[in-house]
Amino acid sequence: MYRETDIIQSADQSPEGYMIINVGPQHPATHGVLHLVITLNGETIKKVEPHLGYIHRSIEKMCESLSYRQFIYVTSRMDYLSAHINNHACALCVEKGLQVEIPERAKVIRVLMDELTRIASHELWWGAMAMDLGAFTPFFHAFRERETINDIMEETCGARLTMNYMVPGGVMHDIHPNFQRRVKEFIQLYKSKIHEYDELVTGNIIFQNRMKGVGILSAEDAISYGCTGPVARGSGVSSDIRKVQPYEIYDKLQFDEVLETGCDSFARYLIRIKEMNQSIRIVEQLIDNIPEGDFQAKTKAVLKLPKGEFYTRVETARGELGVYIVSEGGTTPYRIKFRSPGFSNLSVLDKIARGGKIGDLIAMMGTLDLVIPDIDR
Amino acid sequence: MPSFYEIADQLHSWLNANFNPTWVLIIEMVLAGVAVIGLFAVLGLVLVIMERKVSAWMQIRLGPNRVGPKGMLQSLADTVKLIVKEGMTPSGADKFLFNLAPYIAMIVAMLLLAPIAFAGNFQLWDINVGVLYVSAISSLSVISVLMAGWASNNKCSLLGAMRSGAQIVSYELTAGLSVLAIVVLAGDLKISAIVASQSDGWWIFKGHIPAIIAFVTFIIAVTAETNRAPFDLAEAESELTAGFHTEYSGMKFALFFLAEYVNVFIVCALGATLFLGGPMPLHIGNWEGFNHAMDYVPSSLWFFGKTFFLIFLIMWFRWTFPRLRIDQLLNLEWKYLLPISMINLLIVTAMAILKWHF
Repeated sequence: MYRETDIIQSADQSPEGYMIINVGPQHPATHGVLHLVITLNGETIKKVEPHLGYIHRSIEKMCESLSYRQFIYVTSRMDYLSAHINNHACALCVEKGLQVEIPERAKVIRVLMDELTRIASHELWWGAMAMDLGAFTPFFHAFRERETINDIMEETCGARLTMNYMVPGGVMHDIHPNFQRRVKEFIQLYKSKIHEYDELVTGNIIFQNRMKGVGILSAEDAISYGCTGPVARGSGVSSDIRKVQPYEIYDKLQFDEVLETGCDSFARYLIRIKEMNQSIRIVEQLIDNIPEGDFQAKTKAVLKLPKGEFYTRVETARGELGVYIVSEGGTTPYRIKFRSPGFSNLSVLDKIARGGKIGDLIAMMGTLDLVIPDIDR
Repeated sequence: MPSFYEIADQLHSWLNANFNPTWVLIIEMVLAGVAVIGLFAVLGLVLVIMERKVSAWMQIRLGPNRVGPKGMLQSLADTVKLIVKEGMTPSGADKFLFNLAPYIAMIVAMLLLAPIAFAGNFQLWDINVGVLYVSAISSLSVISVLMAGWASNNKCSLLGAMRSGAQIVSYELTAGLSVLAIVVLAGDLKISAIVASQSDGWWIFKGHIPAIIAFVTFIIAVTAETNRAPFDLAEAESELTAGFHTEYSGMKFALFFLAEYVNVFIVCALGATLFLGGPMPLHIGNWEGFNHAMDYVPSSLWFFGKTFFLIFLIMWFRWTFPRLRIDQLLNLEWKYLLPISMINLLIVTAMAILKWHF
């Protein structure tokens, strides 16, 4: 299929026995339209070259012709598993430009939604990760909990995937009357089921053999490739924006930044499992302490950002999401750039996969937790 | 209650009374062939629906529940769909080998049904080297996999076939050595003789710990030999799309699929026959009343009960374990299972010579 790239030409000159395989864009392992060109020697991986662009929708360009209220809706479609957090980052950036102080109630609701999103995203990742390794059952167990979160979201936001709930100045609606009760029910459910995750997958000897010691990513490499989120923290690099540069009310909350020093796939796996527990901790702190008041600050009907450049960053389920807005003073941004975590995390795939087996590659891709629309945008 | 043996016996004497011996032989061969083909199809359907129900049970869902009562006719509907579906042959494929491969898989599975003792004294062919026959024929299945992978002209298929080749050839050794342990204890290769040797107790109970070790290694080895998860590297869907049968569709795919399930049935039937007494009822020492009650359960029920228990075990593995990597798979065989089963065979031999078993 792919004949023009450098890798094919160099493989022609390379020693005999090299084989090139296209994984994707339609392949059960890539969870989306990612195209990997893999050079193999037998089962051993010599090189992995990702080809992007199959789901490029030019979201950044579209945003330039949308108003500051409208463009947030497009960003739900980037990292669709962290839709709330994407919206949050954009809303924060616009608020920074407008210099609006948002009500305390809105801040708490936002953080609650972010953390529930993070749990839902990690649940899906856990199921998909196990499926990459050939175990089907965990997927359904993960969805049992994830569906509960989706139901909670649906009640309050009206959507299950692309919520579009956070707007400049606060959140779109007040929370549903059932919200607090159902979140507490979810916490109960989660705590009664989380041990199954360890019994079914984490403690499994086959799983541990597949994960430990493969996909080694040193701390230096993690920094130089710009990895963030659980991928960087799995290599012991402290990179949680909620701790490094706290936004909203994260500086007042009790939670730990999870760090592992294993540098391998198993470390990245453990990070996400432990992060879910930390998110539950945050939700528990906030769910009974949602302050009364407005859920949205008063803003003008038409938003205009002053001339200048604005940058905010938040911690999504995958890592650091940066939103960079250049404003000329009009009602639409002059230029928008998103710094997506998936793109940087994907770039280490070649580095960590070389010398491994095909099965390892799939497992490593699983631990990077790639969401392809986030990479392509 | 008439047993299978009596029905077969009456049929045989009725045929002998009405036809000359040559015709009797021909009619009986045709009947046996039809029975095997029917069994092949029915087993496939039953095992597919069983697998779907078992997996649904493990995965907190209902499974098929629309076609027929409780979805029991779902696999029949799927078969009809597969039969009418077009069987594509890729343009770059080796057409002859590509079309031949699924039939070899099917024929191997059918040949293996011959020496299985489905009930007391009820066998298609009680060959005097029954266990050897099963080991020999089951190793032919690797040919169909290699043939399919090579002829498909697809890199994923080729990788899957090569993995499968390495895997089946390796795990056959352990499977063979575990079976040999029972052959040594029973002192015969004939299936009926092995069954008869367990009339006072199954080998897994009579053979002390070595028989249990042999049973465990046998189950692991046959799971790998039939390409079932966690050893399904030949068709690792997250890595190789569908492995050696990536390019197959329609009935040709269905034949691979059915052959896989019939192979699972056969290895489980063999395991049940060798270790769990096959059609023999459960007898415990001197409990006369209990033993007598157990004798009333038909032998075919005993056989199918044990076999389906082992099949359930193998399905349980599939739906809970992640897949091994190819090098881990071969390490497990050559570094652990093979030495263990070799030493175990020596111990069993010593036991058999010294008459230490019950």
